[in-house]
Amino acid sequence: MERGTLNLWVGIFVLLGFISFLMLAFKVGNLTAGGSGSTYTVVAHFDNIGQLKERAPVRSAGVLVGRVQGVQFDPVHYNAEVTMAIDSQFKFPKDTSASVLTSGILGEQYIGLDAGGDDKMLKNGDEIKLTQGAMVLERLIGQFLFSKAQEGNADKGGQK
Amino acid sequence: MPLERTLRGVRLIGDRTLRIVERVGATVAFLGLILAQSGPSFRRFGLVIREIFYAGVQSLIIILVSGLFVGMVLGLQGHETLQNYGSEQSVGVLVALSLVRELGPVVSALLFASRAGSAITAEIGLMKATEQLSAMEMMAVSPIARVVAPRFWGGVFSMPLLAMLFSAMGIIGGFLVAVVIIGVDDGAFWSQMQAAVDFRHDIVNGIIKSVVFGVAVSAIATFEGYEAPPTAEGVSGATTRTVVSSSLAILALDLVMTAFMLKGWN
Amino acid sequence: MTNLVEISDLNFGYNDRLVLKGINLTVPKGSLVAIMGLSGCGKTTLLRLIGGQLRAREGSVEVAGYRLNHISQHDLYVLRRRLGMLFQFGALFTDLSVYDNVAFQMREHTDLPESLIRDLTLMKLNAVGLRGVHSLMPSELSGGMARRVALARATALDPELILYDEPFAGLDPISLGVIGQLIRRLNDALGATSVLVTHDVQESLKIVDYVYFVSEGVIVAQGTPDEIRASATPFVHQFVWGEVDGPLPFHYPAQAMQNDLGLRGG
Repeated sequence: MERGTLNLWVGIFVLLGFISFLMLAFKVGNLTAGGSGSTYTVVAHFDNIGQLKERAPVRSAGVLVGRVQGVQFDPVHYNAEVTMAIDSQFKFPKDTSASVLTSGILGEQYIGLDAGGDDKMLKNGDEIKLTQGAMVLERLIGQFLFSKAQEGNADKGGQK
Repeated sequence: MPLERTLRGVRLIGDRTLRIVERVGATVAFLGLILAQSGPSFRRFGLVIREIFYAGVQSLIIILVSGLFVGMVLGLQGHETLQNYGSEQSVGVLVALSLVRELGPVVSALLFASRAGSAITAEIGLMKATEQLSAMEMMAVSPIARVVAPRFWGGVFSMPLLAMLFSAMGIIGGFLVAVVIIGVDDGAFWSQMQAAVDFRHDIVNGIIKSVVFGVAVSAIATFEGYEAPPTAEGVSGATTRTVVSSSLAILALDLVMTAFMLKGWN
Repeated sequence: MTNLVEISDLNFGYNDRLVLKGINLTVPKGSLVAIMGLSGCGKTTLLRLIGGQLRAREGSVEVAGYRLNHISQHDLYVLRRRLGMLFQFGALFTDLSVYDNVAFQMREHTDLPESLIRDLTLMKLNAVGLRGVHSLMPSELSGGMARRVALARATALDPELILYDEPFAGLDPISLGVIGQLIRRLNDALGATSVLVTHDVQESLKIVDYVYFVSEGVIVAQGTPDEIRASATPFVHQFVWGEVDGPLPFHYPAQAMQNDLGLRGG
């Protein structure tokens, strides 16, 4: 094979590979130009995080603004300490609240941020004080059954 | 004697195990030898370019076509299953994640092992059988530096490119089936995919996998060729061994790497 | 006259089978020496010991002042740049053209500009009468032509010592004569020294200066071609004149015929 043709083909091959890399990075993945990758981290303590995992999305008003970086058990307060990496382009007030939510009934769990009204903004390393843990389905059902039973008892009591 | 027969069976297992361990060890040692003699491959990159052509460019068609088909099948199957849960828009997520994380690197490495790996083994084995490697050695040129290392690096460079092409092609295939043919919403297909696929954890990890597979397949292919008995039978046996050992190595390494990557390397 | 190759009291064996026993052999500078014997008598092993492909454990092999028994890889490669070797079937690099085959060593070992390499390569090819085929691939050559190209390649860097492994094997009578004459002419024109391993008695007796006969790992006779032709040693006589039976029996050693056929005779 002629040297020139060979180099041409290898060039085409490398170019195709590069294009597919760009497609994977920008069209398929979340490496968007605006995302720039720079983030700041905030911490939040939850009494229960349910099935929340590392890399779970952090959303505000349904829009992806960051990801969960780490989940640890806090041995002092006996609750879960969640570290989140928030995209630097999104600033949140200091009194923002965080809650563990579920997409759909059985979907993946994520953290929802609800912005507050403070004029000071969260900085790197700050803590979100207002938190709401995960709804645990078993407890929910338990509460529901309990309250039904209560109602039933009340009805019986009335008949007596 | 049943005891004797059992003992013989156990001994056979021990024998085989030792031989496999020996072979893995020898391949790793050979890899070290290649790395130590890789200087000329980079000083004269033309040698490697030639091998990228034979290993990479010539595998392009099979990789592109297989990628397209795999992606289309994923699109069909994914849609079929997901619509039971009313979330057929997630088909893009399913196609992209399975391709980028697993199928892209693994299937393209398997195809690469049988298309390019076996060719490398056969070529080096034949060069050995026809005394070309001895002739080179007698000319004071190291066959490892001149013949083996360029083929090794050609494979290592080609593999991640092929894996990315496979994934990209597969996603296009999934898009064709899910959006163009079945009619899933175009915007939802891509946006859900983008929300779920992480650049660092999914795409970069997939590329890391394919580089590791490229090293493994190329090392096995060159090793088998270089160590092949210099007969027609020996070369054909070595070619088969390349495909079998490479496939096993790919799947085993994939398991290990996946386990580490899901745990976040710590 | 000094000796370029000096072998003394050499014993060599693969595993525990002794292939060469007590070999003493010298090759004076500028001469063309043949080592003859039947297939499997150990003469190719002897050539490999001279080329440094095998290492002697007992006795010594000295080539151009280097003792090869414990030579380092580096020194061996330095020595081999002064060596040329013609392999049994040429061992041309099948992935390179005739031109690139001959130019191979110049490109690997020298920094000559491409224009000079081109002139030298064409001169070398001209010396074997094949300047016209420089753009062909080795697979397009006949056996005799391939051997001549290999000869041009072996002499590309004007070696001091040229080793020939069965240069006449599998050639038609005309090519055979051509190769024989080329070996003699190149030896004299380059002022080189040559060692020829062959079982082709008639052709080599025409061109060589001195002959060693090897049988079952031992040198059984030696002398100039005229002495060999006139030799009364039964083995040499049988070998030179190609007689069917003689000291070297027609039958491979076996147990008595009656036993093999199951005739117990009583």
